[in-house]
Order: sequence, then C-alpha cells, then structure tokens
Amino acid sequence: MLKKRIAATVVVRDGIVVQSINFNRYLPVGKPPIALEFLNSWGIDEIVLLDITASKGGCMPDYDMVKQASAKSYVPLTVGGGIRSIEHIRELMHCGADKVSFNQAAIQNPELISKAASVFGNQCVVVSIDALHTPAGYKVYDYLEKKTLDFSPAKFAVSMERLGAGEILINSVDRDGSYKGYDLELINSVCEGVTVPVIAAGGAKNATDFVNVLGQTEVRAASAANFFHFTEHSVNTTKAHIVKTLDVRLETHADYNENDFDKDGRLLKKADKVLEDMLFIKIEKEEI
Amino acid sequence: MKQPNIVIIDYGVGNTYSVGNAIKFLGYKKLEVSDDFRVIEEADVLILPGVGAFEEAMNNLKSRNLIPLLNEQVLANNKPILGICVGMQLMATESMEKGVHKGLNWIGGRVEKLELKPEYAVPHVGWNNVNYKEECSLFRKNEKGANFYFDHSYFFNPESKEHVVAHCDYDINVIAAVQKDNVFGVQFHPEKSQTSGLKLFRSFFNAL
Repeated sequence: MLKKRIAATVVVRDGIVVQSINFNRYLPVGKPPIALEFLNSWGIDEIVLLDITASKGGCMPDYDMVKQASAKSYVPLTVGGGIRSIEHIRELMHCGADKVSFNQAAIQNPELISKAASVFGNQCVVVSIDALHTPAGYKVYDYLEKKTLDFSPAKFAVSMERLGAGEILINSVDRDGSYKGYDLELINSVCEGVTVPVIAAGGAKNATDFVNVLGQTEVRAASAANFFHFTEHSVNTTKAHIVKTLDVRLETHADYNENDFDKDGRLLKKADKVLEDMLFIKIEKEEI
Repeated sequence: MKQPNIVIIDYGVGNTYSVGNAIKFLGYKKLEVSDDFRVIEEADVLILPGVGAFEEAMNNLKSRNLIPLLNEQVLANNKPILGICVGMQLMATESMEKGVHKGLNWIGGRVEKLELKPEYAVPHVGWNNVNYKEECSLFRKNEKGANFYFDHSYFFNPESKEHVVAHCDYDINVIAAVQKDNVFGVQFHPEKSQTSGLKLFRSFFNAL
C-alpha cells in the first residue's frame, strides 16, 4: 500500500530557516543543514525547502545552501525559490534536489512548467500555489506584489496540471503560521479538479490537524513547517498519533507506538509504574 | 573486512550526489564517482544510479564507451553491481519506454509501462512497503515489509520469476528488486529511503 506522506516545509530567508507568520513576519529558527538533519532523523517522509529570498532579490537559487542542506537528508527533497530556467533545475538536481517547486514562475512564465516537465518528467515538477480568502472566494496570492490575482487556486491548479505539473502544493496564506488547522474548504476545492497528488500546507498545529486533512480530503500528503521545528521528536510523535487511524510510514527507531495521546494529539506521560519499570530495560542503539 | 572500493558510475544522468551522501553516511571512505576506465576496473563494487528516461541513459553509457567495459567487469569478472531505478532498468533486454530500446541484457526481460486501474496514479510516487525474499543479501538488515521510496512509470518485468527478489503492491505486483548472481537492481531509491535505504546499502556491502 502506498502511504500518505507527512512532509515538512522548511522556509529559508537569507540563508536562515525562519518561522513564517502570514507571509509578513519571520522569526529565525536556525541553519538549514541542521533543520534537515533533524527532520530526517525524526522520520519525515519528504522535505520541501523554500528559499523566499531567491525570487525577491531576482537572484539565482542558493546552490551551496541546498547542497549543504541535502547532504544529511536521505528523503525526497523538493527545492523552490528563484528557479527561472532549465539550467537552474539541472544544477539543483546535482545539489541533491529530487523535485523543484515553482511559485512565481508558474504565474509569470507558465511555459517553464511545461518545459521542465518535458525535460525532467512530470514527477519532478511541483507547482506551489498560495491562496488567500477574499469576499469573492479563494484567490491566488502573489507574494512578491503582495496582492491577490483574479483567479481561483482551483482553476490555476487545473491549468498547471495541464501544463505538466506532477504535484500541487496548496498553501493557505490566512492559515500560515496561525495554528488554526488546515483550510479544508480550500484544499477540497483544489483536489476536486486535479488528478495529480495534492499536498496541503498552512496552519497545522498538531497531529489531529493531520488526521483531519488526510482523512477528510483527497490530499496525498500534508505538510507543516513551524510546528515541526520547536519540539523534540515532533515528526515521530505526530506520526505515532496519525498511524492509529491512517496508513502512514512509522519506522523510526523510537516509534512512540506504546504511547497515548490526548485529544489534541499531544503525547501523554506514561504511568509512573511503567516509567519505573523502564529504568531496567536496556534500550539498544539502532544499528545500520 | 577492509573497506571495499566503491565506484558510483558517472554517466551524466542520475543523482550521484545523493547516492554518494548516503554511502558516506555509513562510513565508507573509499568512494568515487567516476567514468574513468581505470577507476572502474579497480573497483570492488559498482553502483549504477539513474533518474530520467531509459533511452537517454543508454545513449549516455554508449557515448562514454562504458558498455564493453561494464560487460567485461560484470559478466566476465563477476563484479557485484547495484542498479538503482533507471540504472536497474538498463540491465533488462529491452525497454518499451518511448519506443523500443535495447538494454544491457544482463537479466533477461523487458521494461514495461505501469498499466493500472484509473484510481492508481502513474507515476507511482511515494513510500510503499516491500515484500522480499529473506535469502536475498540486499534486505538482511531490513524489517519485514519495510517502506522504500518509489518514483517511476515503467517497471522491469524479468522473463524468469526466479530473478525477482522483491515486489510491492500498487494495483499489480510491482517488481521492486531483481537479482541474478552478482547483478542486483532496485526500482526504488535506497538513497532516499531513509534508514531502510541505508540498511540496504549496508547489507549489500556487507555481503561482499
């Protein structure tokens, strides 16, 4: 059985991983290689590395950063930010990227999507769509111009699939960094029109949000950024909770299978008796 | 045993950087990415990585004159080799990807398109659990039904089923790994399959 994927979005600004809040406030988290190494060892299924400075400055993708970050991550890596040509993509693949994500290019230069798909295959092309809720319904948001565009994310996703996008990443700007949970209505509207896998992003607060979005929409993957960064073993504890209802991959050495969770998906303390007994259990280190 | 000389064959396609990183993580120091004849001749074990289309991969091997050398190393000298994704498909007799193209013919069989029910998207992308033959030296360290990362639209269908050492379930029984003597191939990407993939590399090198 193919598993539902739990992805982590790592937002990088000026070479530093940041926590993004509503696309306008950024708090520093740390260095990209360290963030990726930890996410990998905690059992993440996939990493999306988005460099939000690369488009804004009109500069090239930061190859050195990608190369260093990918060196200790042994899961599929999608890289986005500042990709404007086939050569950029080729170079990123040599730096350890498996897929590339287009956001600005999808709006300004849709031809690049079909070109990239024909050279590297559809599976390599991810289109990332930022959406904002407006009185006139959901609209695509252009983060460079800081304005909404006159078309819906659902319609945009369909046209991107037609051009060759192999995956759609839908990100809610309203929910970004809000911890309010995924915008299921927005996500459903996008899933309805396309057959390629959709990845949900924006708003995850806890494991229950993942269960909701993976269970109540057709998405093949759900992503979170901020909440994975700030807790030890955030990925494996989240998955241990999700795996009770949905088919996800949980293969980390510390799998938290024996633990209980509260209704928000937070890890509960084990009974004193259990903890006491654990003192005498030798926990072997994983041997690879 | 002392560390093996590992050579990742560089033929212009394939993500040699990721494969190299995964192998380095395991502590193997004698690792080279190369298309140099002498380096390949001196290797103890070869890795043939791959992403992209079959025809382009085959043409790249041809244009670097690597085919006679690889035939000699693998078929005459019995050097162990691990093909990954397209690298594995190249070991077939022929591929049906965008026309019919001849492969290296190390394991008899054909590379065919995944023809699945409409609810199964092609390409087959993501983590899938693999059922393998216990005696295969690739999976000695893996848990039963371990998950590996797949990303492909075509699959290798060997003529003789005895060469199939692992498969996964995605509408049909998708062949996940093949072996014939010293020739090993995996359809998934061990370099992108986290601990499961690292364990596979370790078992492969341990079996040398």
